[in-house]
Amino acid sequence: MSTVFLGDIDPAGRAGHEDHPPRMGFFTDTSVCIGCKACEVACKEWNAIPEDGIDFTGMSYDNTQGLGGSTWRHVAFIEQAKPLAAQVPGVQHPAGEPADLRWLMASDVCKHCTQAACLDVCPTGALFRTEFGTVVVQEDVCNGCGYCVPACPYGVIDQRKDDGRAWKCTLCYDRLGEGLEPACAKACPTESIQYGPLEELRRRATDRVEHLHRNGVTDARLYGEDPHDGVGGAGAFFLLLDEPEAYGLPPDPIVTTRDLPDMWKHVGMAAAALVALAVGAFGAGR
Amino acid sequence: MPSLGASFGRGGATTFQQDLQNSDCIVIEGSNMAECHPVGFQWVMEAKARGATVIHVDPRFTRTSALADLHVPLRAGSDIVFLGGLINYVLSNDKYFREYVVHYTNGPAILREDFRDTEDLDGVFSGLDPDSRTYDPSTWQYEGMEVQAASGQRDQEYGDTGAGPASTAARGHAMGSGGAAIGGLQPPRDETMQHPRCVFQVLKRHFARYTPEMVQDVCGIPPQLFERVATAVTDNSGRDRTTEFVYAVGWTQHTVGVQYIRTAAILQLLLGNIGRPGGGILALRGHASIQGSTDIPTLFNLLPGYIPMPHAHKDETLDSFLDAESTDKGYWAEMRSYLVSLLKSYWGPAATPENDFCFDYLPRLTGSHSTYETVQSQIDGETKGYFLYGENPAVGSANARRQRLGLSNLDWLVVRDFSLIESATWWQNGPEIESGEMRAEDIGTEVFFLPAAAQTEKDGSFTNTQRMLQWHHQAVEPAGDARSDLWFTYHLGRLIREKLAGSDDEMDRPLLDLTWDYPTSGSQAEPVAEAVLAEINGWDAEGRPLSSYEQLHGDGSTACGCWIYCGVYAGGENQAARRKPASEQDWVANEWGWAWPANRRILYNRASADPDGRPWSERKALVWWDEDSAQWTGHDVPDFAAHTSPWHRPADGARGAEALSGIDPFVMQADGKAWLFAPAGLTDGPLPAHYEPQDSPVDNPLYAQQRSPVRLVTAPRDDNRYQPSGSEPGSDVFPYVTTTYRLTEHHTAGGMSRFLPYLAELQPAMFCEISPELAQERGVEPGGWATIVTARGAIEARVLVTRRISPITVRGRVLHQVGLPYHWGANGLSTGDAANELAHLSLDPNVHIQEVKALACDIRPGRRPRGAARDRLVADYQRRAGITERTGTEQ
Repeated sequence: MSTVFLGDIDPAGRAGHEDHPPRMGFFTDTSVCIGCKACEVACKEWNAIPEDGIDFTGMSYDNTQGLGGSTWRHVAFIEQAKPLAAQVPGVQHPAGEPADLRWLMASDVCKHCTQAACLDVCPTGALFRTEFGTVVVQEDVCNGCGYCVPACPYGVIDQRKDDGRAWKCTLCYDRLGEGLEPACAKACPTESIQYGPLEELRRRATDRVEHLHRNGVTDARLYGEDPHDGVGGAGAFFLLLDEPEAYGLPPDPIVTTRDLPDMWKHVGMAAAALVALAVGAFGAGR
Repeated sequence: MPSLGASFGRGGATTFQQDLQNSDCIVIEGSNMAECHPVGFQWVMEAKARGATVIHVDPRFTRTSALADLHVPLRAGSDIVFLGGLINYVLSNDKYFREYVVHYTNGPAILREDFRDTEDLDGVFSGLDPDSRTYDPSTWQYEGMEVQAASGQRDQEYGDTGAGPASTAARGHAMGSGGAAIGGLQPPRDETMQHPRCVFQVLKRHFARYTPEMVQDVCGIPPQLFERVATAVTDNSGRDRTTEFVYAVGWTQHTVGVQYIRTAAILQLLLGNIGRPGGGILALRGHASIQGSTDIPTLFNLLPGYIPMPHAHKDETLDSFLDAESTDKGYWAEMRSYLVSLLKSYWGPAATPENDFCFDYLPRLTGSHSTYETVQSQIDGETKGYFLYGENPAVGSANARRQRLGLSNLDWLVVRDFSLIESATWWQNGPEIESGEMRAEDIGTEVFFLPAAAQTEKDGSFTNTQRMLQWHHQAVEPAGDARSDLWFTYHLGRLIREKLAGSDDEMDRPLLDLTWDYPTSGSQAEPVAEAVLAEINGWDAEGRPLSSYEQLHGDGSTACGCWIYCGVYAGGENQAARRKPASEQDWVANEWGWAWPANRRILYNRASADPDGRPWSERKALVWWDEDSAQWTGHDVPDFAAHTSPWHRPADGARGAEALSGIDPFVMQADGKAWLFAPAGLTDGPLPAHYEPQDSPVDNPLYAQQRSPVRLVTAPRDDNRYQPSGSEPGSDVFPYVTTTYRLTEHHTAGGMSRFLPYLAELQPAMFCEISPELAQERGVEPGGWATIVTARGAIEARVLVTRRISPITVRGRVLHQVGLPYHWGANGLSTGDAANELAHLSLDPNVHIQEVKALACDIRPGRRPRGAARDRLVADYQRRAGITERTGTEQ
């Protein structure tokens, strides 16, 4: 069991990839998302993911509801009675009374954590760290044990009911190797989903937040870009316009295997104590 | 798009989507661009990133509004008042671009003394004939001009055809690529624009009553909000800044839809925003290649390139047709070249000067044959067969029930589509089967369903929203029996010609003489699409590809399938297939695809320079006169004779393009100027005036005239009842306004999306969008079901309660609006009732378009009754509202 390091580490190198390419990831800038869901469709098309529910929710335009075994991109639609910087929404509630309104849209995806608990707990090696620093499930290795499901601090990875195996975003590993960008980023018409070397994306994201702040969008903040957060920073991070909770994201995600080394240490100590006790008992018995 | 044609000379978007990035202010109205044109919307986002103000005017707060700086909710059906208010603001605050207006528009032109405005006649213009409900536009002419109007009435006056009324026959469409004809040459002008009968002064008086208070009263827009828009638009117009308007079918699908766009055209001309970077009016077409389907038309009244379809007159020759249709000035003066070249492309060697180039082979109009009239003739048993290519009228056309009644009365029907759409199965599972009104075994229509190939399975072109042709290449062979439309049409024609071979019946000559010799390839004998493109482009007598429509001749030495597309195959190369990356050329990107006319991306771009040929400002430079080389040059292809200097003035008696002066940027117009006032070309008035929709819960506060006096209403029929409006008794039975629209996740009537699991799961069911206030008022449960009722039908929908729908205050009364996407039908993975069951047939007189963007309705909790009880519910509403066959049919 590896020790959990938080901070700006090189996950691909630590996984044994020598001379690997730079770490690649997503920067999803929700401030320019138009909620077209092209990412959802492109993802399903490229990865041949089955349809998973034709159900009307009545919750804004979100009929997908969340990430899952058969939904690897999910666009959240959040209607709020709050202003968006200087935007004039024009609506009145009730009639005659100008009301605040903003409609946030955000495309969620697997975070490809620097410290990925799903990968840590996978007993078969189906989950692995690629040379791009991303985390991928090998569908022909996964045995459906499901350990990874509760391990994910974001609730991303999930099993398909009909086959039991775990599925999630591969960051289009099969496209990356060919020099192509992931399907969702390719389909995004407004560059809300940006794909590239993580370092460059982080710089771009910082500039973007500063730009938005200068233009009065003071709600803009990054989520998952910090290598010192509870998962060592995400390979797929976001620019949000509200607290993460508003988007259904955990405010302070922590790699669920963070305490495993400690726990194993405690287990070891306890075992040693038991052994000592047993030895002592044996000795005393003599 | 006759309004753009009548205003500027060509019925296409004046600009292109990429140019949005240069705009300082973008007003999106009558369009939900982010949802319906998400890819093009990236250029709005780019403009915003560069600091532009983005304004969305729409009854609903949509995904477009979510990204806009300013959302202005208004009552559906009131846009002319809002836009007229902006015109009034511009005129009364001297915010117009005087130099532009004086030189490039007909603002200084003087009108006839006997013209009467709506101001004089309480809501109608002079020339209205109450019996025929049509306008005689002769009084709308310029002073001293020979009356030679180009709108429909002229044709009616042609003589007694004995072939039934020519009707207005949607003549407005003929303005697609050229302005209307006017007699004579230059009208008298007062360059000071002070003459009381000059267009500018008429305009001032006409729009004086469109005040901010009126805007509030009719549209429900508070004055402060209106002021913000007015300020943004005027602050961002002028020499150094430009504002662009973006619209789609939210403007067109009204009984006065053409005049909506006219209002925007007038505003943009006053502000000097046409023909300039970041300016213009971007008409967003709602469907791939819809622009193409008017350029090479699926419309009954046009030939390719907007040449009018001849009517069934006795003894009409090519010469007399051309005399009547072409102009003396501008490029329409060359109509003979365009038409003769078209006839040569149709009939090749059989078309000779001696036989008028087979002009007599062309079909003739005996009246209006628009889709809705065709359905009527199906119901009447006159139309026996019907081809549906990628069209799903059983749920996708207004008053869908009538469409099904028509389909049920055919001998045969061919449906070519990807999936078994409702128009192929209505006889089995349509609402009339459910209600027991019809039984499948009683329907005699023989239905042939022939699967269609998708665009990835065939070569071909799209002409997109900005008049740009883009080639697509076949990626895979069509699966199973699926075939391309080109394959189907070519082989159908081939088989018919084989059956007719040897016939000596004169009636068969047009078919047998057709040049129908396309090469084919592959195991399915697919016609070579590029050969069709080459024919459309045209060739000279030696068969060499032409490169410009200026090379066309009227003597039969050239052939060209569509004169405005001439040049798309220049040099024998498929110009539409060009894909030079944006990074390797400037922002105009003239080497990506090919746009008509002559690969110009911004039309009328001569107007981007001042009268002396210099850019109005460096920031907005596009084309200019280069003194050294004595020609027009710039970033785009100049939309002007290359060597006509800014100081050129035509000699007396000059004709055609020669008659245009160096300051006539609107080269297709009969007077070279853009028309603030349309002396000809439109059937419902030279200026826009607000009329209420056919069914409206409110009275028209502007004029005594409630509805457009010349809108088309159907003969009384019990399946197309209209509703009482405003203060008429029974109007309160339908107290709400509904509007129909599309979502990103589905496509039009759903044939391309409801059958696909990845799209069906994103919008899984028909729903309505209502405000929390309306939900409470009517006891409708969020997430539950509601039933929406009009005098035509009742449909059910899941309920989405959202604060994005705002109650508005109109004439002191709180008014609720109901949003209805129209994608659904009974088939596919995502199903639901069709919104078009609710719509009536009352049409715009210029283009015969239906009014589905503003209707009056009721909404009630719960699902609709099943079976015959559904019809009883509608009948009950009709009874409560006191509806008779006369209701709503008044002038």
